[in-house]
Amino acid sequence: MKTIRLSIIGFGAVGQGVANALLHKQDYLESAGINLKVVAISDSRGACIDLDGVDLEAALGRKKESGSVATSDVMSLKVIRDVDHELVVEATPTNIDDGEPGLTYMLEAFRHGRHVVTSNKGPLALKYNQLCDEAKNNAVHFRYEATVGGAMPILNLAHDALAGNRIIGMEGILNGTCNYILSRMTEEGLSYQHVLGEAQELGYAETDPTYDVEGIDAACKLVILANSIFGMDVTYDDVEVTGITRITPEALTLAGDEGMVIKLIGEVKNGEDGVIKVSPKLVPEQHPLAVGGTLNVALLKTDMAGPVCVTGKGAGSMETASAILSDIIAICRNSH
Amino acid sequence: MLDHIETHRIIQRFIDTTVLKNQIHKMLNTDKGVNKSDFNVPGIKCLKYFPGIYSMIVSMDLELKDRPGQLVQALKPLSTFGANIMSVLHQHDHRTPRGAIPVQVVFQLTNGKLNDIITDLEEGGVRIVCVGKKLMYEEVTVILIGHIVHSDMGDTIDQIDNTGFAEVVSLSISMPGINEPSSASMVINAVDMAQLVEALDILKRVASEKDLLVIEPIEKDQLSVKT
Repeated sequence: MKTIRLSIIGFGAVGQGVANALLHKQDYLESAGINLKVVAISDSRGACIDLDGVDLEAALGRKKESGSVATSDVMSLKVIRDVDHELVVEATPTNIDDGEPGLTYMLEAFRHGRHVVTSNKGPLALKYNQLCDEAKNNAVHFRYEATVGGAMPILNLAHDALAGNRIIGMEGILNGTCNYILSRMTEEGLSYQHVLGEAQELGYAETDPTYDVEGIDAACKLVILANSIFGMDVTYDDVEVTGITRITPEALTLAGDEGMVIKLIGEVKNGEDGVIKVSPKLVPEQHPLAVGGTLNVALLKTDMAGPVCVTGKGAGSMETASAILSDIIAICRNSH
Repeated sequence: MLDHIETHRIIQRFIDTTVLKNQIHKMLNTDKGVNKSDFNVPGIKCLKYFPGIYSMIVSMDLELKDRPGQLVQALKPLSTFGANIMSVLHQHDHRTPRGAIPVQVVFQLTNGKLNDIITDLEEGGVRIVCVGKKLMYEEVTVILIGHIVHSDMGDTIDQIDNTGFAEVVSLSISMPGINEPSSASMVINAVDMAQLVEALDILKRVASEKDLLVIEPIEKDQLSVKT
């Protein structure tokens, strides 16, 4: 049995999802010969630390009741630096302006020889190459499947399952909120403002929806894909972004008359006439990219396998935890 | 590349409308190009034909005598005049009422030498039953959103039409209210893919000047990636 000690930094929806997943997957992990021991959990108010293993159920209960997991005022950075462990699950919220505090947490983890698994897009969209170099220099693993497409396995699909292929291009729907709004507008002929309000009520859209509906979230994910799968060296500023705020119900009807739907599509194209762009596009109704609801989808164009399409839930606590857990398990299998 | 079935379908419609031979000849023998009104065949989109400038797809129904070497003789003028043969349908089991073998060829021509090919074929004793051609064979539908009419819709269309190689062939507009943005679906035809892309670039430039949102289709060939 291989024991890996880990910390969970950030205990919001994603961090709690990871704790829940670890609780529910004990038997599975045991049968896989993996013992995952959480030695610290931290949030913005402090941390709980137990080198014999944090009681996850109690930690989840404490968070629910008091709003914080903390039993001490030790802050996240100190946990990463001073608590002896192998793997950091970095699950703090995305910040697209400077990537903090996640960026510092990840860099510190690498410098202290700890592997990092993250769901935090900000630092990767801004400093992808710096992060990868730092991980490499310290000979640790850095995995971030949860940053793109939630449960939909796209990075690991391209790197592992499609190893040997050259990825020529990618097109996909990378934001579930936009997809929900456009799908509802198409189905019901409702206006953008109306459906946005509905999405906010259902919790699919934030109170300030700018990040989703202006295509910023999709663009961040595209940057991660472009750097990770296509070996580009791009940041958020290199993406041409158009959101969905101007889409009218009439435009969707006209598209429908032609057998098409409108979707917010992110695309990356390799080569000299390289493209990295988020914009509304016409998609034939029968096309694999024309998925509805909050689903995400990605179509990879490869030189050997041809087109490969994957679809799945792009957000949600347990779905994101699924992507994080698969990264943790991959590190356990690959580290000595 | 062009979908063959679609080509055949369109060309068949062309033939079914019993195009008069002199109409074809009128098209072939002009130097200045032919306008749509000169060549009014229902179901066929035809802008202008300038011999020797743009490529076109030609379909020919031929009748061959049942003798060895006839097919080679029929195809030779095509290669002589640089036609790119896309499909040859040689129905050896069939006979026309005159006892000849029907052959249908579809080819691409980029040098306007159709007349020479026809002359060569006829001189070689090959009977040409009919000729059909499609000058604009790439099509794209885009959606526009914004103040489409009040930003001079006529000018937007003219900028595409004035290229000579592309044309707006259909426009549906939906105007929900006086001060609200309109939506439109626009179909553009062009002689080939490269020029369709160029026409789209023009549209995008004009639209950006007029603050219109252009929604293009995803790439057509993405489910048929080639190595």
